[in-house]
Amino acid sequence: MRISPVEVIGSGPAADPVAEHPLAHPGALLSGAGLVKHYGPTTALAGAGLWVMPGELVAVMGPSGSGKSTLLHCLAGIVRPDEGVVTYRGQSLSDLTDRSLSALRRTDFGFLFQFGQLVPELSCLDNVALPLRLNGVRRRAAEAKAREWLERLEVADAAGKRPGEISGGQGQRVAVARALVTGPRVVFADEPTGALDSLNGERVLRLLRSAVEETGAAVVLVTHEARVAAYTDREVVVRDGRTREPGAAR
Amino acid sequence: MSLGHTILGLLESHPRHGYDLKRAYDEQFGRTRSLAYGQVYSTLSRLLKSGLVEVEGVEPGGGPERKRYAITEAGVTDVAGWLARAESPEPYLQNTLYTKVVLALLTGRPAYEVLDVQRAEHLRQMRELTRRKAGGDLADQLICDHALFHLEADLRWLELTGARLDELGREVRPA
Repeated sequence: MRISPVEVIGSGPAADPVAEHPLAHPGALLSGAGLVKHYGPTTALAGAGLWVMPGELVAVMGPSGSGKSTLLHCLAGIVRPDEGVVTYRGQSLSDLTDRSLSALRRTDFGFLFQFGQLVPELSCLDNVALPLRLNGVRRRAAEAKAREWLERLEVADAAGKRPGEISGGQGQRVAVARALVTGPRVVFADEPTGALDSLNGERVLRLLRSAVEETGAAVVLVTHEARVAAYTDREVVVRDGRTREPGAAR
Repeated sequence: MSLGHTILGLLESHPRHGYDLKRAYDEQFGRTRSLAYGQVYSTLSRLLKSGLVEVEGVEPGGGPERKRYAITEAGVTDVAGWLARAESPEPYLQNTLYTKVVLALLTGRPAYEVLDVQRAEHLRQMRELTRRKAGGDLADQLICDHALFHLEADLRWLELTGARLDELGREVRPA
């Protein structure tokens, strides 16, 4: 089943590529360079960088506390770095107002976390439709698209149930559907299978990989597990707030 | 893996010629490397000497005579014992990698690079296995999973070693 990106209302970037930012990696969809972030006396990032090409899956690896999640938050525009630049399609995120950044996150980015991301009071169908509704899509169209994605993620049976009534593995597949329903160009995933057993974790990763291969979305995936990183194309290792790219997979 | 025991196990189902044995082995176990004829016949010769197999019949043909081998009672007992025994965990790569890390520390080279290079190679193999799993049948998936778990164990050791490099450096190169 081919899932086409949906029309969304928002103030995201124009559809045509813009000129390359001088600090962006050539051809990269998303690029971070020289990122520094302090939280009080603690240095979370000390000059980290990462780039991802369109359609590429990149794993961000490293020990606990190394700065993996902070790097992901900076790249996703959730946290503004103290130094350095993040560019998305050639445009620096620091040039965007909070309002524009928020709109960009809604229209162009998808998010997937370890847990706690589904609204417990809403049905799974409404959870998946929610990002579309926030983007101004009418209820019927949003629900139809949400159903398509629930089917794609092999969790159509959960449509009428609330997150508390389904298993962790099903819940995470619902979360993948929600992350992809708006047709994002980049999906940010932070330990997306950390709370699942091996079989359920692999199912989620297999479906995520297959779905983004279809839509052409890029993925930045934070994980400390090698088996999870093996579903990506390339890894970047974060240690003490700095990044290294020890090898390319392709 | 014990080739002798594997061949005995294949013979236990029914007697076979050397060629049939190679074909059965490749079909069941030769996914990454097929068995050479030389290995089949040298192993059969050894098993014959040990009394674990016997020649059940000889068929004349256009080329050399074709011997059909059968497992003996002693052979069956041997296979049963092998299947019942747990295998000793192998040391895998740790000995070599530990030596490299220590030598890097001793010679003032960045030891984390040894670990990074190895991590990249392990992940490259894990990606290949993951791709193979995705397109394979259940047997492929189980075989790949076994390899993946071992590679993952190596990687966990690499990460732990990486976290202890400073400590290890102080031990191997005291001030």
